[in-house]
Amino acid sequence: MAGRRRVRLYHLLLLVPFVALWVPLYNRVEPSFAGIPFFYWYQMAWIVITVVLILIVYRFDRRSGGGS
Amino acid sequence: MSNPPDAVAITVFAALFGFVTLLGFFAGRWRRGDLNLLSEWGLGGRRFGTVVTWFLLGGDLYTAYTFIAVPALLFGAGATGFFAVPYTILVYPLLFIVYPRLWSVAKAKGYVTAADFVRGRFGNGTLALAIAVTGIVATMPYIALQLVGMEVVIAGLGINMSPTLPIIGVVHDLPLLIAFTVLALYTYNSGLRAPAMIAVVKDFLLYATVIGAVIIIPAELGGFAKIFAAVDAKTLILAPATAANLGPQSAYATLALGSTLALFLYPHAVTGLLSSSSRHVVRRNAVALPAYSFALGLIALLGYMAVASGVKNMPQFAAGFKTFGNQYAVPALFLHSFPGWFVGIAFAAIAIGALVPAAIMSIACANLFTRNIYREYLDPDCSPGREAQVAKIVSLVVKLGALVFIIALPSAYAIQFQLLGGIIIIQTAPAVLLGLYTSKLNPWALLMGWMAGMASGTWMAWANAFKVSIYPLHILGVIVPCYAAVSSLILNLVVSLVFSWLFNAVLRTPPSDATAESDYA
Repeated sequence: MAGRRRVRLYHLLLLVPFVALWVPLYNRVEPSFAGIPFFYWYQMAWIVITVVLILIVYRFDRRSGGGS
Repeated sequence: MSNPPDAVAITVFAALFGFVTLLGFFAGRWRRGDLNLLSEWGLGGRRFGTVVTWFLLGGDLYTAYTFIAVPALLFGAGATGFFAVPYTILVYPLLFIVYPRLWSVAKAKGYVTAADFVRGRFGNGTLALAIAVTGIVATMPYIALQLVGMEVVIAGLGINMSPTLPIIGVVHDLPLLIAFTVLALYTYNSGLRAPAMIAVVKDFLLYATVIGAVIIIPAELGGFAKIFAAVDAKTLILAPATAANLGPQSAYATLALGSTLALFLYPHAVTGLLSSSSRHVVRRNAVALPAYSFALGLIALLGYMAVASGVKNMPQFAAGFKTFGNQYAVPALFLHSFPGWFVGIAFAAIAIGALVPAAIMSIACANLFTRNIYREYLDPDCSPGREAQVAKIVSLVVKLGALVFIIALPSAYAIQFQLLGGIIIIQTAPAVLLGLYTSKLNPWALLMGWMAGMASGTWMAWANAFKVSIYPLHILGVIVPCYAAVSSLILNLVVSLVFSWLFNAVLRTPPSDATAESDYA
């Protein structure tokens, strides 16, 4: 690590959940899934999606030399 | 009339509790280190790998109180309570990017607390003292709240909380006294290793409970569609914003954001993080810890299941609801839906789930007091052995304080102080989080920002009689309900940045930074 921190473009993936969890996007009942209103299953789904996003960044970091 | 005691449930509960007690004492020998050093007693020797850290932080952050309070909020207020889910999502990108830097600099410089870091980064003891005191004050009521979680399930078992003993007479809250004495002793003996080991047991119980609950209860109640149909349609989602008032949606968003920023500033979270064996352990846990968020989401929905099951109006639970309010919703649901042995497991998961964070929080407070108050101001030349000894004693004092707090005062006070705790701990964000990226901020400016944030945040909470943490702001004629932690943090940031710029321009004092950029990588 040569002094400066390198901000890589794929790190922006970590900002996606902050956008996706903007409240007006999901403050609805329909479409419901297995009887669960949209408001609830959408947010639960983002737990899984966020894990995948962090995992992608983690992998890319390792490939490009040991992480930030 | 309260529900009758269930012998099977009590036996299972007591057996599990006894087992973790033994484990707590045994933990001192695990990965043996010299427990007369603060980094060994108070940080487990910084040797915990990915898996142990996962259990430890999981038990540390997702506390028993969380598992009682979040469903209670959905039970009473509906969708608003679900903010715990976006909050426990957003915290992980932040953990992944920012906190490995804290781990690295702490390892490089031997820091044990966030205040240690601020002391080194900005070379200002007063600022570090402010950070340390904020941490202790924010954490103390949190420890007391863990006792509330424990109290609710012990009462749910139908155990007499104030039995009459021979010779001594009536002893109030005897089960709590016993549980806490045991906790205090093994924490003193084993340090951070005790909660780390107990957290593993607690998690098996917790995940068994969650899986059991989301299979058994919806089946009994006729499926999720019926459960959600039982919830008042007005609170099933957040009320829409109007041109004059953004309403609950802005409260929800700011609660999630503020809680995200606050979480890893808490001393117990820092202690958990710094006990891990490498920065990669921290990063891997940002991937693995959301499993608890998923469990928390499912547990939150237990609040709606409690609504659908109708426990609120059942005569056997009337006394519990009268004493504990909505916090009794989940225990009542379990008692109503589960056989005795499974109630024992579920309640043990909650009670043991209270022991883990209570131990870590008291260790974290002890670390702060010892490092940033005792060694800094009272006994600068103390030996490492003396330092560890002071920390052990402080951990006892802190727990005793929490116990007195909960026995002497109504539990509503603990809840109100904890609400204030979130608002004040976030005021350490500029010094700690921005400090991880720059030393150019002026420490006195940071201190002024901290004061502005503390004062405005406390004032807003006071204006709400410490009952709710949402304070409505009036911006250009629109009412914007905002979590007081967020609005006061913005003021704090503005003051910190403006005065840093001013002081740096006028005084030109060179930064007094004991760390180098390479320490953070």
